[in-house]
Amino acid sequence: MSKVRVLVGTRKGAFVLTSDGKRETWDVAGPHFAGWEIYHLKGSPADPNRLYASQWSGWHGQVIERSNDGGKTWEPAGNKFVYDGVPGTHQWYDGTPRPWEFKRVWHLEPSLSDPDTVYAGVEDAAMFRSTDGGQNWHELPGLRGHGSGPRWQPGAGGLCLHTILIDPSNPDRIFIAISAAGAFRTEDGGKTWQPINRGLRSEYIPEPDAEVGHCVHRIAMHRSRPRTLFMQKHWDVMRSDDAGDNWREVSGNLPTDFGFAIDVHAQEPETIYVVPIKSDSEHFPPEGRLRVYRSRTGGNEWEALTNGLPQSDCYVNVLRDAMSVDSLDKCGVYFGTTGGQVYASADAGDTWKPIVRDLPAVLSVEVQTLA
Amino acid sequence: MIRVVLPAHLRTLAKVDGEVQLEVAEPVTQRSVLDALEARYPALRGTIRDHVSQRRRPFVRFFACEQDLSHESPDAPLPEAVGTGAEPFLVIGAIAGGAAGGEIKP
Repeated sequence: MSKVRVLVGTRKGAFVLTSDGKRETWDVAGPHFAGWEIYHLKGSPADPNRLYASQWSGWHGQVIERSNDGGKTWEPAGNKFVYDGVPGTHQWYDGTPRPWEFKRVWHLEPSLSDPDTVYAGVEDAAMFRSTDGGQNWHELPGLRGHGSGPRWQPGAGGLCLHTILIDPSNPDRIFIAISAAGAFRTEDGGKTWQPINRGLRSEYIPEPDAEVGHCVHRIAMHRSRPRTLFMQKHWDVMRSDDAGDNWREVSGNLPTDFGFAIDVHAQEPETIYVVPIKSDSEHFPPEGRLRVYRSRTGGNEWEALTNGLPQSDCYVNVLRDAMSVDSLDKCGVYFGTTGGQVYASADAGDTWKPIVRDLPAVLSVEVQTLA
Repeated sequence: MIRVVLPAHLRTLAKVDGEVQLEVAEPVTQRSVLDALEARYPALRGTIRDHVSQRRRPFVRFFACEQDLSHESPDAPLPEAVGTGAEPFLVIGAIAGGAAGGEIKP
């Protein structure tokens, strides 16, 4: 029988939640790395028991952890992230130049085919790769070096590379996103990159439709349609059908189009989920009602999903890496909140239940569907 | 034998309980103690000193013999009592460390 494993990164440790395919009762294991901020954990598609975790603290900086048994035991891997060559400068919040400085790993994306190959999206924004199970890390310098780096600026959380999507039909094609620079694509496995932000419009940069400078919060893709991308931007939900060359807004009837998380149904490539957040300064659901919005039309037409979610006095946030789906039928949808709840729906969003209610603030949620 | 006391997070990372004891050649300095510590416990590399600059991380402090040695030269001899093992070398997380560097990711 199928099994589901939910990997939860929180502000004070990692938790591993497991259930059978019914997804009715859950075992909660953790905290692993208690007291450390766990920005992200993710399993290898090629070996689901190989997990990687990004562990960070204000005292001791970055640690990468690796598990070979599905998260029961962990070993520290390499944590040396050094930019290639002379790092140069990006923009600080006030537009002045500031040297690149490694701070932390936001996102770990294992290769689709090799458990020992894993990509890391870091702050200050850059992409690193390890081909030896996380022991040694090397920057893919073509991203920062492609020319627009001096115009990138930090979002509220820092200048972070937070999204990495590998095209299942062509692993040399990778999409990434940076707050606040925008989305980028490589066609050659990370050697060269181009910005893919045409159609985005952001009022907080001098030239609202500039090539770079956009605060992209998250991009999602259905593996059967890797040229179709969905984006939750700072404001605006966007869609591209040409691998990011052109974007159009699909916010439609959302109550607000600000938000962080976005994901796609595992079996229905035109069914997408967002969690609208009131505004850039009020990071909580509108009217204190926690609602996931689902579109079955690839955007524009959205329905509120509320059954089982708090509909009064709810002022949590759902961060960009904190939503994920399983691949069972019906599709399971999961998200975590800054209030420490992890909500799960075993029926594609129609009804919701909390798996756990009182974890530390949730930073990331990833789901593995196991045979 | 040099005695080193690590903060809880680093004891967990190094998988040790209590004090660490290290053989360190003369002269006993911050650098020679930390070199020996990282050689024994490679997982600690980068968590006390920066990988490249070898400078103390901003929210880590070094104490011994009721003195703050955080701003001493890494090559200055440590107090004799540390060298003889009578007193431990303390690696301390600054009291503000968890909060000042720990913004929640938006």
